[in-house]
Amino acid sequence: METVCAIEMRNITKRFGSVTANDHIDFSLNHGEILALLGENGSGKTTLMNMLAGIYFPDEGEIFVNGKPASIRSPKDAYDNRIGMIHQHYKLVDVFTAAENIVLGLHEGGKLNIKAANEKVRAICEKYGFDIDPTQKIYDMSVSQKQTVEIIKVLYRGADILILDEPTAVLTPQETDKLFAILRNMKADGKAIVIITHKLHEVMDLSDRVTVLRKGEYIGTVPTSDTSPQALTDMMVGRAVTLNIDRPRYEHPEQRLELQGVTCFDAEGVKKLDNVSFTALGGEILGIAGIAGSGQKELLEAIAGLYPISSGSILYSPEGKAPSNLVGKTPMQIKKAGVAMAFVPEDRLGMGLVGSMGMTGNMMLRSWRKGKGIFVNRKDPNALALQVWKDLEVVTPSTEFPVRRLSGGNVQKVLVGREIASSPSVLMTAYAVRGLDINTSYTIYNLMTEQKMRGTAVLFVGEDLDVLLELCDRILVLCGGKVSGIVDARTASKEEIGLLMTHIGGKEEA
Amino acid sequence: MTAFIALIIAAITYGTPLLFGTLGEILTEKSGNLNLGVEGIMFMGGAIGLGGVFYYEKAVTTPNGILAVIIGMVCAFIAGAIASLIFSFLTITLRANQNVTGLALSIFGTGIGQFIGEYMRIREGGYITISNTLKGFFINSPFPQALRDIPYIGNILFGNSIFFYLGILLAVVLFLYLGRSRSGLHLRSVGESPATADAAGINVTRYKYLATIIGGGISSIGGMVYITTIAGCVWNHEGLSGVGWLAVALVIFCLWRPLNAIWGSVLFGALMILYLRLALPFIPTQLYKILPYVVTVIVLIFSSMRNNKEKQPPASLGLSYFREDR
Repeated sequence: METVCAIEMRNITKRFGSVTANDHIDFSLNHGEILALLGENGSGKTTLMNMLAGIYFPDEGEIFVNGKPASIRSPKDAYDNRIGMIHQHYKLVDVFTAAENIVLGLHEGGKLNIKAANEKVRAICEKYGFDIDPTQKIYDMSVSQKQTVEIIKVLYRGADILILDEPTAVLTPQETDKLFAILRNMKADGKAIVIITHKLHEVMDLSDRVTVLRKGEYIGTVPTSDTSPQALTDMMVGRAVTLNIDRPRYEHPEQRLELQGVTCFDAEGVKKLDNVSFTALGGEILGIAGIAGSGQKELLEAIAGLYPISSGSILYSPEGKAPSNLVGKTPMQIKKAGVAMAFVPEDRLGMGLVGSMGMTGNMMLRSWRKGKGIFVNRKDPNALALQVWKDLEVVTPSTEFPVRRLSGGNVQKVLVGREIASSPSVLMTAYAVRGLDINTSYTIYNLMTEQKMRGTAVLFVGEDLDVLLELCDRILVLCGGKVSGIVDARTASKEEIGLLMTHIGGKEEA
Repeated sequence: MTAFIALIIAAITYGTPLLFGTLGEILTEKSGNLNLGVEGIMFMGGAIGLGGVFYYEKAVTTPNGILAVIIGMVCAFIAGAIASLIFSFLTITLRANQNVTGLALSIFGTGIGQFIGEYMRIREGGYITISNTLKGFFINSPFPQALRDIPYIGNILFGNSIFFYLGILLAVVLFLYLGRSRSGLHLRSVGESPATADAAGINVTRYKYLATIIGGGISSIGGMVYITTIAGCVWNHEGLSGVGWLAVALVIFCLWRPLNAIWGSVLFGALMILYLRLALPFIPTQLYKILPYVVTVIVLIFSSMRNNKEKQPPASLGLSYFREDR
């Protein structure tokens, strides 16, 4: 049976200045299939799909939708071609209801009839098994609900070609399963689905075919059933890399940090940390898992002295010294004592780096108090910047180049490199590999392990459970500000952690 | 009792220019544009609106009152729309900083307004005003005497200038537009999250331009209303000062809701004239005059303390939008 491709892209090229993001790429998608678009960060996956969604316009090449040539110049053109894209960063208006967001930008029959829209949204929910109240405001919703709204938005517009950009990045394993079930429903309904991802197990789990891009080039398309994670990784990175993270054991772990019943409230009086107690050992990596916003950020900030603690104590025992309580000390004192924090927020710059300054300037943020006289010492920070530049292979024209204009991975290298350079005895990182490609991620993992083998206590807040399980010695799971459980990473399973993330103690609520 | 009724009527008179200024600025701010140039826009509206009526009366032998009112409003609207067009071009197309541009427009508009007003005044022999018959159409109530004779409430409800009723009508129209219409939903989304609106296929630039220009025009009418009703249709280069700033404050006070603007502007009108009506000898008038600003500060404190998502300014207020910015 000869079928017409839902989408066919031929010889697509897109350049941004001197950078070629997509270099003569061919791509095809059939109705009733789920296609995984696989590639490392910066391989051009999102750029390619953005050309279908009307965000970018290709410099060269042709796009065919259902066999007919199409010119997609705006998101509206994309919808007219029944193409809908769910972006990684949700485009929703916070103060609007779900239904208001869904009908935004539509011109169906002049007058705005929100009641009819609510009904239509409910009908879509019923058909595919979504669980959303159309009258609920977005700011009251969880991340996965927001994603659902985005998906319904696309379906409401009658799209039958759906593109999802890293849909599982913010979901728990359970939410991911639910999403996959819905995507399979849609596939059965004849819709064509592309998911952009770099998680191999999702590709294997969900997709029918895989298209792999590498550094803006088309590598190939294979049926999922004929391939293996190892083969896909080889296609993705171009050479074989071991999937296993090296995890040596440190000989003499000793107690470094002990939290006892730490409780914190935010400005509105909401409990952010609830009676958190645990011990972090020097020479181990303690992973911290949890759904976004379960108190990870507050926990690190409380230890660093940036977040007010209402009760509890944090005992810090540096090598060979008596323990002291960190509660009540200023962040500067805590830093001096050897507790370093590298927090990579969503926007990557926020805390820790000044975007408009170069690497040297950012290194100085840690050392400007040192030295005498009224002038700062620029020499040592510059040497440090050069060292980080060399050791971590930061791609930047010079150490004075504003870090804001570096790519995300390089920004993270600068941040992590600086924190490690102060040779801390407690190193805290949050989302250190967020949005990094595999190779850079491994550089960071190795740095963490190196620190651990020096006897540092490493606290690693991460999102990817696979990585946490491979990298850490123990994993602490937070759920709603409480310690839901601490598991041995060498023996725990992902399902176990997933349950702990959603239910205190991992028990289903009765 | 009579004194109280007189206070309310005076408050409505002083509040009416504020009502236009505020409604215009609400429309502008709902598109995410913070136009601080309202003060300048109202000056231009005052000078050009009055000038339009003055030259209309001069040009025809038997001037029509209703037409004069319309001419005044149209002239003021056009003046404000042009001023806002400059603001829009600078902030939307060239993406200049809105605060700086707004302040510049404030100074520029005040200067232009005074220049035009003074130029007309000196050219026309030192005095710009319109005839008493025509003034009546601007100042007096459009309702029959019988309605106004109802005890107590008659004068409060029916004794105000036509502009107050037009202002209420405008507020209701604006409320329905923003809350109920599709285009209003689109406009609000532009002010909240232009990237979202853009991705939904809404023309962000067009909505921002139109809302800012129409909003500026409406604000500008407020300046004309001030000159024709409060300043007695006489050009006075000091008359308007401060009204535009009050309108900007009132937008915050109303929490960006047009219906709140109706009672808010009357309240602010009362605060503006309290020093005339309730003067206590031991309190200097200057202290009275800061009352509206004090109230705004208090409201700001309370509204930010409560941290209610529904009572916040449009989320992208004051930010320029650039599609490729990430």
